[in-house]
Amino acid sequence: MQAASHSDFSLHETPLDIMTLREPLAHAQAGAYASFEGWVRNHHAGRAVTGLYYEAYAALASAEGAKVIEEARQRFDVIDIRCAHRTGELTIGELAVWVGVTAAHRDAAFAACRYVIDEIKSRVPIWKHERYAEGDAGWLHPH
Amino acid sequence: MSKAINVLYFASLRERTGVAQETWQSSAADLASLYEELAAHHALCWPRAQLRVAVDGAFAAWEQPLREGSEVVFIPPVSGG
Repeated sequence: MQAASHSDFSLHETPLDIMTLREPLAHAQAGAYASFEGWVRNHHAGRAVTGLYYEAYAALASAEGAKVIEEARQRFDVIDIRCAHRTGELTIGELAVWVGVTAAHRDAAFAACRYVIDEIKSRVPIWKHERYAEGDAGWLHPH
Repeated sequence: MSKAINVLYFASLRERTGVAQETWQSSAADLASLYEELAAHHALCWPRAQLRVAVDGAFAAWEQPLREGSEVVFIPPVSGG
């Protein structure tokens, strides 16, 4: 298992490049690589979405994101984990978040990947601001 | 005794207050009372129970006393991912 570091979770103002992001995950012991990509979709709660904006409290988001990854390393038999999240303006179809996990076997890779994206969504201080086809816009603060 | 607190606002809280950052003089006993002061001042509509609070880049307890010069952020429900 690799030592965790704060750079395992990263915030990016520019488009995510998966091939670059996944490079450090390559290990000779890895028999499985599982990943999750969150994309910007064109609808939310029945409304047409034309684009969105992500805002992050960067200092805490980086620390909490790294903590999530460290938890996943403890819980699952994985080799390495990375997660990258966009901030700023995104268009429909763009990659908003990426999680990559390597493990000797697929069960741990899938489980850790699922754990990381679920915890990122519920705990890391990043907020989505959607623009709607009708011209209005708003922050999403799910309860 | 009054303390200077650096308050940051994000998302709908930033929209409501109209500022991303302000220095606030407060003699509030703890973070909960600080939020009540700022909620009254800015007419914030979030009940405190729906927010989390962070001090100097780490989540904190509402009962924590204020520290001179600290950075305080109220965290509304998040929507990343």
